[in-house]
Amino acid sequence: MLYFRYTRNVPHIAAHLSGSMLQIRDLAKRFGGNRAVDGVSFDVHKGAIAGLIGPNGAGKTTLFNCVAGLYRPDAGTITLDGNRIDGKRTSLVHAAGLARTFQIPRPFPAMSVLENVLVGVPGQSGERFWANWFAPTRVAADEAKARETARAWIDFVGLGALEQAPARVLSGGQRKLLELARAMVADPRLVLLDEPAAGVNPALLEKIIDRIAEINRRGTSFLIVEHNMDMVMRLCHPIAVMAQGKLIAFGDADSVRRNPTVVEAYLGGAVA
Amino acid sequence: MSEFLPVLSYATFFLVFASIFATMALGLNLQWGYTGLFNVGVAGFVAVGAYASALLTTPPDAGPGAVRVVGLGLPIVVGWIGGTVAAGLVAAAVGFAALRLRHDYLAIATFGIAVVIQLVALNAQKLTGGPFGIQFIPKPFDAQLDGSLAFNALYLALTLAALGCVYAALQRLAASPWGRVLRAIREDETAAEALGKRAFAFRLQSFAIGGAIMGFGGALYAHFVGYIAPEDFLPILTFQIWTMLIVGGAGSNRGAIAGTVVVWAIWTIAGNGLRELIPAADQARAASLQIVLVGVLLAAMLLWRPQGLLGPRPSKSPSA
Repeated sequence: MLYFRYTRNVPHIAAHLSGSMLQIRDLAKRFGGNRAVDGVSFDVHKGAIAGLIGPNGAGKTTLFNCVAGLYRPDAGTITLDGNRIDGKRTSLVHAAGLARTFQIPRPFPAMSVLENVLVGVPGQSGERFWANWFAPTRVAADEAKARETARAWIDFVGLGALEQAPARVLSGGQRKLLELARAMVADPRLVLLDEPAAGVNPALLEKIIDRIAEINRRGTSFLIVEHNMDMVMRLCHPIAVMAQGKLIAFGDADSVRRNPTVVEAYLGGAVA
Repeated sequence: MSEFLPVLSYATFFLVFASIFATMALGLNLQWGYTGLFNVGVAGFVAVGAYASALLTTPPDAGPGAVRVVGLGLPIVVGWIGGTVAAGLVAAAVGFAALRLRHDYLAIATFGIAVVIQLVALNAQKLTGGPFGIQFIPKPFDAQLDGSLAFNALYLALTLAALGCVYAALQRLAASPWGRVLRAIREDETAAEALGKRAFAFRLQSFAIGGAIMGFGGALYAHFVGYIAPEDFLPILTFQIWTMLIVGGAGSNRGAIAGTVVVWAIWTIAGNGLRELIPAADQARAASLQIVLVGVLLAAMLLWRPQGLLGPRPSKSPSA
């Protein structure tokens, strides 16, 4: 479950601390004079599919990039299962159990679907230069295991027939599915999805929603930035709303929908 | 039979150079073809390998007026290993400083470093002999062999074996999970980082190993020619190796070798043709036409077959 703690312009909502997986506290990130993220605090609890919505320029992707280690926050802390991850390298954040996808999918275009997913497998001995020369048996065993895991996830997202195809031939929606498989192959505890529905046809969107729900049933938590309200309302609980760098609302789908501040923010009004 | 001897001698000479250049092109292919590192300082790493190997194996100049006072006189094989390791270490140091840069910025930095290395070779006279270079670099089995054809043939066997080993090693690495991460970094470094790969470490490894291979090529060159000087390691060498890789196909080890043979053939045929056609007085200026010809080939290749002779199809940038 997600709740947000006290922020300057949002009434405090009482919540318990137990079961919290991702804790964001007073997070701030400026670009020049622009406060892209301005004192945001909230938690994502274990097993949740949390939604993060807000108008364009609200700071959602900036917050994502802070959490994923792409940006170093100016202030505040981010902890994953009790370990500080703010300001750490992306690769270390990944090792701590957090995977992400990108708003515009970033497959490795010249590499096959299988190779794309294989890159996501953590702890491969064959990725160490010398192991390829001095521990070839172990490298081969690791590689066989990695291929098995990768194939299972490729089948899970329904790209099995395209396993050997270069990623550049995939459609936008298929790229989203590939990124999902590539993120999941590391068995992360929390997955950040940046606009999984953007540019995806309705049939494929149903599939993506179904796959996210299924992965969640298996115990993985999600934090999803999304503009597709239908998807957010169906899938996410609870929902956090950002506008102009601040968290302006939090709650289940109904309470967020009825919140006048949220309505105002989406209609373009200034946030008090 | 005897009329074929000059042809045979020239063929072996040609192939020795082709296999040495191909070794260097394979090093560049690891850096650029597999990892996307824009190294325009190839000549610098070749120079480090050549000089290190020469200094390890050649005694200092003797007699009055001797310029170069350093030199160890060790076996040639020690020179080859030492030259390779030295170039790898220099590449690692350079990479540690420069690999934070990307694309054209990395190109500018590596170009500058190669020029610095060449200038050091030109000016550190006591170490490198300065403009006089290092002479009498030992050639393997030179004393036991009768005539240049026998030496060329033996050296060709050595360079082909060296090229074969480097090729086999790189093919194996390219197919390994290590090579897969390099390609992922080439395609999209941010995405590779997001999948837990520490891109800088991989880029550094690729740069150092590629540099070591170039240095190995330089060492092979030094002990074939027997004489090296700073003018052997001018940016034109970097240009040649790059052209060989682009023509053959970046990202393909077989392509790097094929491109080397094609470009080196055109280069030498053009050189010989110009010598035949142009009057002696104008030959120094006509030599520039060699560079023009290879430049035109490079431009034509980039226009009509950017993936090279054997390279993988170029990847389109992802469009969502």
